Amino acid sequence: MGNAAGSSDLLRADLVLEYPFNRTTGPVIGAFYTGLREQVVVGIRDADGRVVCPPVEYDPTTGAPLTELVKVGDTGTITSWTWVDNPREVEALDRPYALALIQLDGADTAMLQVVDAPGPDALSTGARVKIRWAAERSGAITDIEAFELVEG
Amino acid sequence: MAAESNIAELPAGLWAQPAIDTSAVGEVVENDPVQRVRLPASIRYDFVPGVATTRFLKGLKEKKILGEREADSDDVYVPPRGMSPTSGKPTTVQVELPHKGSIASYCVVHIGFGVNAPPTPFVSALVLLDGACISIYGPVQEIDYDKVRIGMRVEPVWVDDDQLDTSFESIKYWRPIDEPDVPAESLKGHM
Repeated sequence: MGNAAGSSDLLRADLVLEYPFNRTTGPVIGAFYTGLREQVVVGIRDADGRVVCPPVEYDPTTGAPLTELVKVGDTGTITSWTWVDNPREVEALDRPYALALIQLDGADTAMLQVVDAPGPDALSTGARVKIRWAAERSGAITDIEAFELVEG
Repeated sequence: MAAESNIAELPAGLWAQPAIDTSAVGEVVENDPVQRVRLPASIRYDFVPGVATTRFLKGLKEKKILGEREADSDDVYVPPRGMSPTSGKPTTVQVELPHKGSIASYCVVHIGFGVNAPPTPFVSALVLLDGACISIYGPVQEIDYDKVRIGMRVEPVWVDDDQLDTSFESIKYWRPIDEPDVPAESLKGHM
């Protein structure tokens, strides 16, 4: 680009593109969000007896509707992670953090969540973590403020 | 939130998700269950329009509508993006366009959204400026929405001079002018 005008002459503007989605949850996802509000994590049992968390409405293999909600723990194990060095302003934490796949105790699948840790050296696959709940909860995924590393 | 928590029953005969077994978690999820969630998806851009569109936007601040064309073509693009979308060659010639055009296409908007949306129903149109080869978008006012037609002649209504800015919103809307419609055929291929 740039044959006629120097870059200092270029216009520049903040532009925010926002879609104000207001979604119905249905009974399964609704139970998950309601549980978060009450500081309980809810999963669902699939056709093979495995616990899927966060819960899904249909069996991942057969597509059959799933109905059996179960509680899972608020502690879990990191199964994979990456370090986020430069968080954007809209993100969960205003300092570097890890994005991790976390398999909660009692669940057979992992969920993607933020881990608030001092640095990448503190993290490892297999590390144990625990939910830090938001002080004010409204029945939303943000009711989980972050996960924290715990001993053992 | 409470006002939004009741969702109407499905009409009889429609398929519905099977009842959920909450026996293992019931006391947790049965009291005031969440039924809706707001999930605003927001993307923040640091928008730089580029040199050609910068020229166009600066023109709007001076009540000028500036298009551009290739040296060896009569096709004037507005707003210009710096090159011809068909040949890929740079548009090196600036062309000031007249403040007159024809409605090439339009729709009647019944559900408005956004902070600057006019009262509904209103007409949102593509206007082909005289001498341009592509249309620009704008609302049409000062005419009943059901009187708007393709080929109708229009002119821009600008914001007050002290409100003019390097923004497309310097044109408030378009209004009819007292000239005969152009044939719809002449607008083909210019949307």
